Amino acid sequence: MGNNEEKTEYWRWGEYQRIMSRRELNTAEIITAGVDVGSVGSKAVIMTDGNVYSWSVMRTGSNSSDSAKKALGWAMEDTGLTLKDFNYIVGTGYGRVNVPMANRAITEIACHAKGANYIWGPTVRTVLDVGGQDVKAIRCDQKGKVVSFLMNDKCAAGTGRGMEIIADLLKIPIEDVGKVSLSVTDEPKPVSSTCVVFAKTEAVGLLRKGWSKEKVLASYMRAMSIRMSELIEKVGCEREFVITGGQSKNIGIVQRVENILGMKSLPVPNAEETGRDPVAAGAIGAALYAKALYEKSQR
Amino acid sequence: MAISAGVDMGTQRVKVVIMKDGQIMSQTQNFLGFEPTKAAEQALKEALKKAKLSREDIQHITATGAGVDMASFADSTVSMMGADAQAGAYFFGSARTVIDVGAEEARAVNCNEKGVMLDFVVNARCAAGAGTFIEAMARALEVELEDMGSLSLQAERASPINASCVIFAESDVVSLIHRDEPKTEIARAIFDAMAERVSSMVLRLGINPDIVLVGGVAKDAGFVASLKRRLGTEILIPEAPLFAGAVGAALVAAKRAARRQQ
Amino acid sequence: MRVIRVITYYGYQDGSGEYYIVVDAEKCNSCGECIEACPQEALKMETMFIDLEDKLVVAVTEEHRKKLRYTCSPCKPESGYVPCVQACDQEAITCAWNPLNQKST
Repeated sequence: MGNNEEKTEYWRWGEYQRIMSRRELNTAEIITAGVDVGSVGSKAVIMTDGNVYSWSVMRTGSNSSDSAKKALGWAMEDTGLTLKDFNYIVGTGYGRVNVPMANRAITEIACHAKGANYIWGPTVRTVLDVGGQDVKAIRCDQKGKVVSFLMNDKCAAGTGRGMEIIADLLKIPIEDVGKVSLSVTDEPKPVSSTCVVFAKTEAVGLLRKGWSKEKVLASYMRAMSIRMSELIEKVGCEREFVITGGQSKNIGIVQRVENILGMKSLPVPNAEETGRDPVAAGAIGAALYAKALYEKSQR
Repeated sequence: MAISAGVDMGTQRVKVVIMKDGQIMSQTQNFLGFEPTKAAEQALKEALKKAKLSREDIQHITATGAGVDMASFADSTVSMMGADAQAGAYFFGSARTVIDVGAEEARAVNCNEKGVMLDFVVNARCAAGAGTFIEAMARALEVELEDMGSLSLQAERASPINASCVIFAESDVVSLIHRDEPKTEIARAIFDAMAERVSSMVLRLGINPDIVLVGGVAKDAGFVASLKRRLGTEILIPEAPLFAGAVGAALVAAKRAARRQQ
Repeated sequence: MRVIRVITYYGYQDGSGEYYIVVDAEKCNSCGECIEACPQEALKMETMFIDLEDKLVVAVTEEHRKKLRYTCSPCKPESGYVPCVQACDQEAITCAWNPLNQKST
């Protein structure tokens, strides 16, 4: 969707909707949904008996309740589902209080940990979630319950917005920044890791000095990765380590963070086939909690 | 008796002041560009010309500022805090707190009546507390930097914006403009946010009147109004606040020149 | 048996250092003493979703999270003795304060 726009707006990442073709809706006993409205991206996940059935990932608009409706509406598209079919809906994220059709809201940390647990299983203990305007470091247990949590939403350094800015500056489509940053042979020194505004100014200076786009990108990505790693180290990095959110697909960040922490992250599963999409981890967790809460209400 | 020069190597501009017997003879500024040392030497040349002096007349040059290392022609250096304290006391004998808001950094300095720095606090490495914030917002609002102040003074209220980060504020401004939020109220929100940050910083030091405001941002009436509201006190501002650092450095240079003559 | 804790870091990190108030949700008994002890009114009760239940736990208010450095500064967290931490007899609230050395040019 909107593929033509991506050519000129380098920072605009692709929105998408997916349906798991193999699942049968008719046999489903419990149908739930999780809607995660972030400051930059909105995600909705529909589950049948606790398994992902369909989901959507789109850009949050100026009104968060409209974005919530749109995201869920899109996840429902071509499924034949109506709002009445849902047993329980949980809203979460930055705008979680503005998910009008939700039965209740749950803090995003709980949803992210639960979602990571669903995607990678009970061995996950450390989650790095890089959102549009925040970075979260989460420690969880084998059930996906939060043990320790830290969020930095004061500062753009290390967030998705920081990545959009460099993509825009260097005129590289955001889906490619990871790959391009890894094409350098020697990793250059990082720019300022403490402020995106200063990092951008430094990047401009490096370009003027004759640095290639790839080298500048590598330097910037390293700085962002340092910032993300610092937050993880604050809560402590325990195996297994995973990365969720928009940056989970950015191999430039993934490799650098692994390198700085000295720990590999679990690979991203094939979301199209399994429904386990790290970008939608929060919404997945919300949909799972929706099922648990529904079951609890029936007892 | 002493003819001295002060060179303030800021993050955007270099400011040079020449003083003779405690009087300001001339002051010049130059954008640093890609060759900061050259820019500084050029500014010094112009200041000399304006003062009708030659390089040999200057007994001592003291440099200050974030880029102080690049003023290789200086005889000595002084910290920005020390320079601010000297300048504050020079401009206003009653000055006890000097607030300096520059392009990338904001500082507050406590001093005594002799302009000796007693304590200081710095807000560095975050663009949200300094002039860069205002510049970025002027671009986002598509107004001239000089017009931001008067724009904000027209507003009765401040729009809600995420002011903890320049980048987040920019996104907020874009969506606010989309929703036809008046630019006056957005401008006011920006100055209020900066004033809050600066005053929180000053409060860490303790408010000791009289308070003097210097640095490039001090010329902005919108920022001054917001800061006065926040601090709840009067604020003294010298005529050319941008040159305070250089004035302070020139005063230090004069003292050092006098000492060497003895 | 391993005790599971639910620990939340409220605050932020930027170029000047790290500033966090740390709350252990499992230890917090919602007594509210720390909220009363805070001279800045920076703390409040919040519901936290733990084990499918809503538990009342103390948290730093939204307003103060992003400027915690300035909010807490008057209480001098570097000293290790801050009113909120002292008021808690469950050891549920602590302070993690690391300002980087700023005394340079």
